[in-house]
Amino acid sequence: MKCDRKIALVGNPNSGKSTLFNILTGLNQKVGNFPGVTVDKKLGHCRLLDESRIQVIDLPGTYSLYPKSKDERIVMEALLDKQNATHPDVIIFVADATNLRRSLLLYTQVADLKIPIIIALNMMDLANKSGIEIAVDMLSHKLGVQVIPISASHGQGIDHLKQAIQYTSEIPVQSDTIQVKELAPGLVEKIAEEMNIHEPYSALQLAHQYDQLNFVSSEDRDRIRAIEETLSFHSQKVQAAEIIARYNFINDVLFDTLKLKEGAKRETISNRIDAVLTHKVFGFVIFFAVLFLIFQSIFSWSAYPMDLIKELFIWLGDTGHQLLPAGVLTDLLMDGVLAGLSGVLVFIPQIALLFAFISILEDTGYMSRVTFMMDKIMRKVGLNGKSVIPLIGGFACAVPSIMSTRNIENWKDRMITIMVTPLVSCSARLPVYTLLISLAVPNQTIFGFINMQGLVLMAMYVLSIVSALMVAWLMKQIVRSRERGYFIMELPVYRMPRWDNVLLTMYQKVRTFVFEAGKVIIAVSIILWVLASYGPANSQEQAERVYQSPAYTQKYAPQEIERLKASARLEYSYAGILGRVIEPVIKPLGFDWKIGIALITSFAAREVFVGTMAVIYSVDADDSNTESVLQKMRSAKNPDTGLPVFTTAVAFSLMVFYAFAMQCMSTMAVVYRETKSWKWPAIQFGYMTGMAYFASLLVYQLLK
Amino acid sequence: MKLSQLEPGQSGIIKEFTDVEMSIKLMEMGCLPGEPIRVERIAPFGDPMAITVSGYQLSLRKLEASTIILR
Repeated sequence: MKCDRKIALVGNPNSGKSTLFNILTGLNQKVGNFPGVTVDKKLGHCRLLDESRIQVIDLPGTYSLYPKSKDERIVMEALLDKQNATHPDVIIFVADATNLRRSLLLYTQVADLKIPIIIALNMMDLANKSGIEIAVDMLSHKLGVQVIPISASHGQGIDHLKQAIQYTSEIPVQSDTIQVKELAPGLVEKIAEEMNIHEPYSALQLAHQYDQLNFVSSEDRDRIRAIEETLSFHSQKVQAAEIIARYNFINDVLFDTLKLKEGAKRETISNRIDAVLTHKVFGFVIFFAVLFLIFQSIFSWSAYPMDLIKELFIWLGDTGHQLLPAGVLTDLLMDGVLAGLSGVLVFIPQIALLFAFISILEDTGYMSRVTFMMDKIMRKVGLNGKSVIPLIGGFACAVPSIMSTRNIENWKDRMITIMVTPLVSCSARLPVYTLLISLAVPNQTIFGFINMQGLVLMAMYVLSIVSALMVAWLMKQIVRSRERGYFIMELPVYRMPRWDNVLLTMYQKVRTFVFEAGKVIIAVSIILWVLASYGPANSQEQAERVYQSPAYTQKYAPQEIERLKASARLEYSYAGILGRVIEPVIKPLGFDWKIGIALITSFAAREVFVGTMAVIYSVDADDSNTESVLQKMRSAKNPDTGLPVFTTAVAFSLMVFYAFAMQCMSTMAVVYRETKSWKWPAIQFGYMTGMAYFASLLVYQLLK
Repeated sequence: MKLSQLEPGQSGIIKEFTDVEMSIKLMEMGCLPGEPIRVERIAPFGDPMAITVSGYQLSLRKLEASTIILR
């Protein structure tokens, strides 16, 4: 079978590259990962007008071929290395007609690599509106390439572009741009000869970047280094000279092809909006209103669909148990797999809603203003202006919030944000806190209006945000990064969100979560289910049998017996055994083995703590029934000492433990998916559990 | 005069840069010698600043702006 031709989209950030990619491929796209970096690898297929199929790849947006981040390096690797799996046969260069001069800088670099290229001149409608006139034919003639005016957001010119792809030749036809050899006399020829490279600019790029390109072997690196030393090559100075030479060329090209009719009108409107949106007072009022809206939506609006999903799965489980023959397989399917699936799907409403907001904020250009406003304070603690959204989202749920860190371009800022987001008090901690606070804090009012329980709950929330910022600051000192932290960023002109893009983003994020993080979540939840349901041979049966003796059956109602049995089964399960195993370790924190069981099972999700407590203390395992769990926990006595188990010290110690510990497999699964290695989730689990342990130890020993 | 010393509303023309590495990034973004540059506004906490150069807006930190020498 003939391989599909590979087409790569190359262009500046905000040039409408992704919108064009979405139009070309529609739902025929796959989001994957480039090895070693965090930017999405978007691949898709597109049918041309003659029904032939092409493969389209969306390369990360960049301003030049000299990468400033790991993500931008991808572009260079794909274009320079002919063996690379994403090396294109044809490049579609997406130029922003409203910023043509800057777009052409990257164009001239890419064109000099001599891969067949077509220019898609995007945002023509906006350029026309703001009085920019481009003589397309003359531009095409001067550069020696096809230039197709399009408007990706309105779907205009797409058929012309497809035609151009169809008819493009297999050999590069673009004109030369600058005298590459003059930039580094002698060096370009030498490297081209030594490395057997035909194109002078490819040779020069290799001279600049050989040390950071994965495909260059170490022998080749040594050879290039030796050549550079003999010719005393200064990479940065040559880069600067190249950029100036390129702009001179571009100014010549644009001299009679680009005309400005009047002052840029869009700019002034945008400026007026900015005067309000980044205002000292109104700017923050509006920003907090936006944050509040996002928070509300993922905290409370998403509760309705989430409850529906939960109820649907409870109903499915019950029906399954009734219809299928009782046995291990049915139990596995209904209680293990189905519960795991429910645990994955329940996140969909939150993810969809958060990403609806985020893609609107990105699309309109407001997100860059948020970064602009918040940069100074967030930078102090090692974060980025854009970290605000994931951190606030963390109050609802860390899972979608960590997925949203993809908008943070700087690698180090992004990693730190991912690392600290789970410390922010998420909604799953709320039932745990509610239970423990009502156990330990009297429901009293001081000074006539301050409720003690409310005060403690607020303190837990404040603790969470303070600890997140402190850890971020610490990590800023520890994490090393080769990237220089630039903040030179474009503030795009405000525009209306493209709703089909918003919907597509929601769909993609949900799909990625379900299929990638979902696998891990289901696997872990099955393991946890087995641990909590099974035990070593016969030990559970023996424990249960006790309650069949007349001593119990005469005294208790059948339902009560069932609950006692469930409690006994859990105590003698593998989870129960593990609880006893870890007891010596958690004893200094004031926890007994029963709490140990809850710590293990609530790794599935923090709120499972309440359910496990209910089973251990054999009350009806219903979340709404906290009152009865509370009664049982309050009267629980330590069999050795006869003293209450849940003292104030234990309750606070537990609360602090849940505040810091990484008790959430879904978060770990999503961190794995976002960083594509187990290293980061492992570090995160380690530091959070360590922090939780020592904080609990301190609290318990002080309050005891 | 450095770009970082300008107040909002003031403008100048780029003369040169004090940092080669930073200058590459700045020039890629359109800040070229000879180009007029205007400070639009400064973020509420005093840093970063928003500038207009060759028809669009950039935001950059004052530290970065201090590498741009104006004529």
